[in-house]
Amino acid sequence: MVDTGLIWKRLETVMDPEVPALSVLDLGIVRDVRITHEGHVQVDVTPTYSGCPATELIHTIIQAAIETSGYPQVAINSVLSPAWTTDWITEEGRAKLKDYGIAAPVGMASSGKAVLFGASPIVECPQCDSNHTECVSEFGSTACKSMYRCKDCLEPFEYFKCI
Amino acid sequence: MNSPYYTEENPHYQYVLGLGDDALILGQRWAEWLSKGPNLELDIASSNLSLDLFGQADLWLTYAAELEGQGKDSDDLAFLRDTVDFRNHWLVEQPNGDWGMTTARMVMFSIYQFIRYERLSKSSDVRIAEIASKAIKEVTYHRRFSSEWCMRLGQGTEESNRRLQTGFNELWRFVAELFETPAWERALAEDGLAVASEDLREEWDQAMHEIMDAAGVVRPETTGRVIGSRHNGHHSEHLGHLLCEMQFLQKSYPKSSGAVW
Repeated sequence: MVDTGLIWKRLETVMDPEVPALSVLDLGIVRDVRITHEGHVQVDVTPTYSGCPATELIHTIIQAAIETSGYPQVAINSVLSPAWTTDWITEEGRAKLKDYGIAAPVGMASSGKAVLFGASPIVECPQCDSNHTECVSEFGSTACKSMYRCKDCLEPFEYFKCI
Repeated sequence: MNSPYYTEENPHYQYVLGLGDDALILGQRWAEWLSKGPNLELDIASSNLSLDLFGQADLWLTYAAELEGQGKDSDDLAFLRDTVDFRNHWLVEQPNGDWGMTTARMVMFSIYQFIRYERLSKSSDVRIAEIASKAIKEVTYHRRFSSEWCMRLGQGTEESNRRLQTGFNELWRFVAELFETPAWERALAEDGLAVASEDLREEWDQAMHEIMDAAGVVRPETTGRVIGSRHNGHHSEHLGHLLCEMQFLQKSYPKSSGAVW
């Protein structure tokens, strides 16, 4: 087994193109890295949303990062199962999101039997930490976010929605 | 009565194709709201709903193309088939109408899709189970979005309630088709691979009953029958118009002419 440590280290610097505060590791979408004895690298990556327009770009930049680390033979393998949820975002990733001005997903992802008329979760303002916020729209600038507003500091902010 | 387009060949392919076509056509309907939403937030919501559905369609149609075994890909299936070869339900191809009708349709279909995906996530076909488990996370959100709008319109003003009710009244005649179950689908279900559409009905009825009650709209009295079956290649006139727009570019500049997407 060839040591993959160097590649994992390199992946820490590959940022999500839509939320550049997070690396692909913070996001929890890299499932496995393997190096064959011939030096071929295989990376298992899982998509966030089925229709996420950044999926292909993410594959490309992961591949490029590994190629420039001395492994010219890279294969990206897309895996669906187990399906990605926001629970895969690391603690460090959540802290980085907040610093970036995006509220991190609240609570654990729904088990699928979520209430039919589900109320919006209580989301903390990333600017002033107030709980006094409201959902402005269920959808935001990307599929993974919704839009909120803080009723105390009056700042609008994005919320990385919990799925 | 079966049409010349009816086929019992390769039911596994037919079934997966139907799942993909539902997501594709509904996704295209949501794309039509882009730049026409009631406000900016809903414009963004519409395109996000559309993206989720196109992503699901891509996963299903990629698998369908493999099952068909003719060397096609998901783009070939989406853009180079004609109306008679589409297997989506009539409900999803109906025009958007106003926001009331769009909401009525989305609530009806996302609840249907949610129940279907939930059961398919336990399919004996690992690929079907994987895609359904992935897609249900998005559909859970769609269901919440549409049921919330159902409440808002139903409990809003007299006018918003009337428009939502009109939407349900117009679309209810397509309910029967959601549960039509050909013999081959029943057989696939008995093998644990698919779910028989008629088995979804009880849970769907129950959920629709709750939500329509809470929103203050009444269930239309249409008893409903299958007007024309998707399995026979029958569709309403609207699908042809939708495909004309959706497939125009790919038909005018086909891959065979050297166009690259």
